[in-house]
Amino acid sequence: MSEFLRNYLTVAIFGGVAVALLAGVLGLGSLIRPTRRQEGKYKNYESGVDPVGDTWSQSQIRYYIFALMFVIFDVEAVFIFPWATRVEEYGVFGLVEMLVFIAVLTLGLVYAWRKGVLRWI
Amino acid sequence: MMLGLELAYWQESILRSLGVLAAVLLPAGTFVYVFLFKMVSFMQNRLGPMEAGPYGSMQLLAEVGKALQKEDVVPDAADRTLFKMAPYLVVATVLLTYVVVPFGPDMVFIDNQVFGTGIFYVMAVSSISVIGIILAGWASASKYSLLGALRAAGQLIAYELPLVLSVVGVVIQAGTLDLQRIIVAQATGEIFGWGAIGNPFILTQFIGLLIFMIAMQAELAQTPFDMPVAESEVVGGYHVEYTGLRFLLFFIGEFATAGAFSAIAATLFLGGWWLPGLDLDANYMNVVGPLVLLAKMMVFGGIIFFIRFTYPRLREDQLQRFAWKFLIPLALVNITATGILKVVF
Repeated sequence: MSEFLRNYLTVAIFGGVAVALLAGVLGLGSLIRPTRRQEGKYKNYESGVDPVGDTWSQSQIRYYIFALMFVIFDVEAVFIFPWATRVEEYGVFGLVEMLVFIAVLTLGLVYAWRKGVLRWI
Repeated sequence: MMLGLELAYWQESILRSLGVLAAVLLPAGTFVYVFLFKMVSFMQNRLGPMEAGPYGSMQLLAEVGKALQKEDVVPDAADRTLFKMAPYLVVATVLLTYVVVPFGPDMVFIDNQVFGTGIFYVMAVSSISVIGIILAGWASASKYSLLGALRAAGQLIAYELPLVLSVVGVVIQAGTLDLQRIIVAQATGEIFGWGAIGNPFILTQFIGLLIFMIAMQAELAQTPFDMPVAESEVVGGYHVEYTGLRFLLFFIGEFATAGAFSAIAATLFLGGWWLPGLDLDANYMNVVGPLVLLAKMMVFGGIIFFIRFTYPRLREDQLQRFAWKFLIPLALVNITATGILKVVF
């Protein structure tokens, strides 16, 4: 196995350690803790009264728009990083290119701003 | 090769696994005891835990022991599989974050040079915990936790962007994504020809650090950004329905993440395991390095929790406005300025 893949194997091992740690602790807990089923104990908490209606209720559309905005800017960050590591090699050419790129994205933010999308009502 | 010993791969893996457990649990435990138990107590003019062990230092073990004995309640309406899966995701994220953090010249979990992606990997992995939180809130099938999870999602993605963008300034200055080489760049750097203390990026990237710290506070959902878990508004947010040990796991995840982000911030802005006057390649740095890094993490942890216990909560719309209309433009300006200065000088 190449050295590169080995390093990612470490990532997988750490994920495994996390699962093993939690499974171990929860397993230990399951040996110790009591389980006493009672009427009402397994209802959802809704300030002490019985839950009303469907608990998986609908939510505001604004969350969706913010998620869309997030994707746009996160992808932007993906494009900025490779340039950031090689700023000196690309020099003025790379800098101007990146300024144009950032300016275009800022225009997007300004557009969303003017449209009132960023207002959280 | 690890610590100058010739070990088989499986032996190295065991050492690494023990190492990452220490790296996750020690700072988390220290943060909880020093800041959450003691510092806040002194700030509020009380003593805090005093009974368990000298000055209550064993309180944490007592808490874990208590949580172990608590009944595990899964609501009937909940999606059982997802409900149980959520804490795993939150805690696993922290362990994965530590993969690339260097603790000394050879005290590393992976070969940073070969791994390559460094800080980019951290940013990618640290956002997995958002999924764990949404999963927890959704699977609980409770209105409070669903609201809390949606708030958490809105907040965490809004502050993910300034967090990622503030790092770009450091990457431009160091010219690499690799955390080990970012430390070397800080240790060997010069400020206008004066290199006595190197060039810790806290000096040249101060705006970046400020953005990073604010975004970190929000990512950790600490006050003033704790709307997702605001007990007076949504009872407890996404962990309303969690009991006993699973509830505790969310808190272990929270404080361990605070430790991980402090380690990243210390590495990026304060020079990581290196201190001015210490030898960069010496063998003793493998022992001194982790201690130096822990000390720097404590500085960041102290700031995080000091702010947490000092300021009141923001409103949800203020929080979103602050991220989108102030922090993100500021981070973009910071990137632009850093890029221009780097090309000009």
